[in-house]
Amino acid sequence: MSSQSWTGRARRATLEKFKPEDLLPEEQPAYVASWVYVFGVATIAALVMLIASGLVLTLNGPAWWHTSSVGHYVNSVHLWSVELFFVFMVVHLWGKFWMAAWRGRRLATWITGVVAFMASIMTAFTGYLIQTNFDSQWIASEAKDGFNSMGIGAYFNALNTGQAILLHVSLLPLALGGIVAWHIILVRRKGVVPPIDNDVTIEGSSK
Amino acid sequence: MQLALINLNHPAHYFSFGPFAISGGNLAIIIAMCVIFIAALFIPFPHSNNFSQDDKKEDRK
Ligand code: HEM
Repeated sequence: MSSQSWTGRARRATLEKFKPEDLLPEEQPAYVASWVYVFGVATIAALVMLIASGLVLTLNGPAWWHTSSVGHYVNSVHLWSVELFFVFMVVHLWGKFWMAAWRGRRLATWITGVVAFMASIMTAFTGYLIQTNFDSQWIASEAKDGFNSMGIGAYFNALNTGQAILLHVSLLPLALGGIVAWHIILVRRKGVVPPIDNDVTIEGSSK
Repeated sequence: MQLALINLNHPAHYFSFGPFAISGGNLAIIIAMCVIFIAALFIPFPHSNNFSQDDKKEDRK
């Protein structure tokens, strides 16, 4: 009876693929005790600050963040969170590159990281476009020429502030959040990659 | 308006090497990232009980 129901099958398949002890482990292998492994979670922390400060900015709008002290403060928190987000992400990327962390069937983890990086760049770019100051005006008019010369001006017009706002506050952060969640679930499911000189598991798996 | 710690109200300073140019701000951030990366490799990580002593067991399918 229960074996026929789709809810039961979905539950068993989910628990089989996403084991709670994999997703929320209590212990990590000894080699993880290094600061290099902290930069992934530092990137998440910066992303949380980014989204929280961004939500406050959406409540009050440009007239507020350009003129009031609290607005300046929240705007600055948002900017410095981006700076830290990218610094942490780049150090994380370097760490994973030099430890070849795509070994042992972890290619999808690396690729979701690459996509997260590209989505972050697009999110930062559309953020620059919607500052509503001379900086954003200059960036938009220069970028418009760049996009036109690449032949994508018909799909993305950097001078269209409405489109840039919607991309920045809705589509891109949602896409980034989804890809980051996927990235982290992959890390948890596979376990942290063993160091290169300690790699007893590579045979038979993709290098 | 509040006083900024550093006066940013002027064009950026650029360092140029032949065809290559980079602004002072971007160069400073790249150097900071390199310093943080090297520091992360060498500064010892605080001891905790959350790490197993067995290096080899981990590698799930
Ligand atoms: C939004 C940006 C990102 C976030 C929030 C993020 C987060 C994380 C976290 C929390 C981990 C596990 C802890 C750690 O090892 O640091 C991790 C692992 C990993 N990340 Fe990222 N990451 C991001 C971007 C990237 C990028 C740009 C790359 C490379 C192109 C990348 C490649 C990897 C790989 C290969 C692993 C797995 C390492 C292993 O299995 O041992 N990530 N990431």
